[in-house]
Amino acid sequence: MQNAIEIRGLVKRFGDFTALTGVDLTVARGERVVICGPSGSGKSTVVRCIAGLEIPDGGSILVDGHPVAQSRPGEVGMVFQQFNLFPHLTVLENLMLGPMKARGLSRAAAEARARALLERVHIPEQADKRPAQLSGGQQQRVAIARSLCMEPQIMLFDEPTSALDPEMIAEVLDVMVELAEEGMTMIVVTHEMGFARKVADRMVFMDRGEIVEQGPPGPFFAAPRSERCRAFLDRILRH
Amino acid sequence: MRRLAPFLLLPLLAGCAASQAWGWYVIDPTTPQGLTNVRFLLGGMGETVLMSVLAAAASMVLGLMVALPALSGHRALRIVNRVYVELIRSIPLLPMLFWVFYGLPLLFRAMGLSIPIDPFWGAVITLALSDSAFTAEIYRAGIQAVPRGQAEAARTIGLSRVQTMRYVILPQAIRRILPPLANQFIYIVKMSAFASVIGMQELTRRANELAVTEYRPLEIYSFLILEYLALVMVISAGVRWLERRMGADERG
Ligand SMILES: Nc1ncnc2c1ncn2[C@@H]1O[C@H](COP(=O)(O)OP(=O)(O)OP(=O)(O)O)[C@@H](O)[C@H]1O
Ligand SMILES: [Mg+2]
Repeated sequence: MQNAIEIRGLVKRFGDFTALTGVDLTVARGERVVICGPSGSGKSTVVRCIAGLEIPDGGSILVDGHPVAQSRPGEVGMVFQQFNLFPHLTVLENLMLGPMKARGLSRAAAEARARALLERVHIPEQADKRPAQLSGGQQQRVAIARSLCMEPQIMLFDEPTSALDPEMIAEVLDVMVELAEEGMTMIVVTHEMGFARKVADRMVFMDRGEIVEQGPPGPFFAAPRSERCRAFLDRILRH
Repeated sequence: MRRLAPFLLLPLLAGCAASQAWGWYVIDPTTPQGLTNVRFLLGGMGETVLMSVLAAAASMVLGLMVALPALSGHRALRIVNRVYVELIRSIPLLPMLFWVFYGLPLLFRAMGLSIPIDPFWGAVITLALSDSAFTAEIYRAGIQAVPRGQAEAARTIGLSRVQTMRYVILPQAIRRILPPLANQFIYIVKMSAFASVIGMQELTRRANELAVTEYRPLEIYSFLILEYLALVMVISAGVRWLERRMGADERG
C-alpha cells in the first residue's frame, strides 16, 4: 500500500541557521504519529513543510506518492496553535469558504457539509457566531472542522492545545481521539503525553533539527534509548 | 474640529461688527452685486469637488497597484515600490503640477503622441500622483497588519493566492485602510487649490479673480476659507461615520 507521507533527507534553513538537518519520516495510511521534542527542535518546521507552508532547501516530501506542490487543494489539513480562524466570517462561513472557492461546491452543498462537521465537533449551535465570540476550545474545534471540510487525506496538528486554558484542552483532545478512531492519518505535534499514549501508533522525538528516536509508545515511554530523549521525557512527565 | 469652528468664526464676526477693515457688502447676498459675487465664488465648488473625487479615485487604484509589489516576495518588485513611494512623496505639489501641465505634453509630443493636458486633467493627474504614494503606504500597512497565520490557514484549505487576497486578507485589511484613506481625501481637497495656478476655475481661482476686481481680499478670502472649512467638515463627518461602522463590524 502507498504511504501517506514519505520524507527523505529534508533540509530547511532560515538564513545561516539550519532548522532541519536531514529528516527522514514515513507515515503509513491511517497511522497516527506524535512528534515531541524541546522548543526550537524543528517540529513545527517539519509539519509546515508537509503542509506546503515552508519550501524545503533539500530532500523530498511525497504526499500520497506525489510532491506536495501537486497535491489536491486541502488534501493536507492543518490545525494551528493559534487557530487562525477568519475573524470577519461567521463560523459557518469559515467552514464553507474552502469547499466553495477551492472545490467549486454549491453554497447549499458547502453549507450541508459544514453543518455536518460542526455536529461532528459538537458545536452545531455556534454556526452563526463570529470566532471572537467563542471560547478557545470551541475555536480550535471550528478550526479542525474547517480543515475536515476539505476532506483531507492527512491531518497535521501543531500544538493544537498549547494556547488553551486547561479546562478546554480535553474537549479538543476528545475530538482528535474520535478522528483517530475513524482512521484518519494524523501527525500531531504535542506535549500532551496522555493523548499520545492513547492514540499514537508511533512516537517521534526530535532535537536540534533531526529525528533522534522513534518507536511505538510503549517502549518509547518505558525505555527511551537515547540520553536526550530520556532527559526530555523526564522533564515533561515529572509534573 | 466641529466644536472649534464657532470659535474660529468669532474674530471674523467681531471684526465685522467693530472694525473699519471689513466691508461685507461685497458678498452680501441681499444686494444684486453681492449675490452675483457669492454665486461666482460658490460656482467653483463643482470643479473643486469633481477634481478631488476623480483624483481620489485614481489615487486609490494607483495606490493599490503600487502597494501590491511591496507585499510580494520579490526583492526587485519591493524596490520598485520603495523608489516610487520615496520619489513621489518627496516632490512638492506645485513643481509636480508645473511638470505635469507644462512639461508632460512636450514629452508626449516628443514621443509622437498628441495628448493635450488641460488645467482640469493636469490638476487631477498631479493630485492623484502625489496622493498615490500615501495611499500605497496606507494599503501596505493595512494589509501587513493582517496576521500571517490568516494567509497560511487560507493556503491549507486550498485557496489560491488571489482567492486568499480577495476573501481573507482584503476584507480584514479594509477596516484599517478605509478610515485613513478617507482622511487622505481631505488632503486632496485642500491641495486642489493649487490648480488655480494653472488657470483652473475652482474655488481659489475664483476668489483670486474677484479679489482683484473688487479690492476686498479680506472678505473674499475669509469666505473662501469658510468654503473649504464646510467641505472638510462634511468629509470629516463621513470619516467618523465610516470609522464607527468599521468599529461596529469588528465587534460584530
Ligand atoms: N521563519 C523563521 N525564520 C527564522 N528562523 C526560524 C523561522 N521559523 C523557525 N525558525 C527557527 O527554526 C528552529 C526550529 O523552529 P520550529 O518552530 O520548527 O521549532 P519547534 O520545535 O516547533 O519549537 P516550539 O516547541 O517552540 O514550537 C528554531 O530555532 C526557530 O527559531
Ligand atoms: Mg512549534
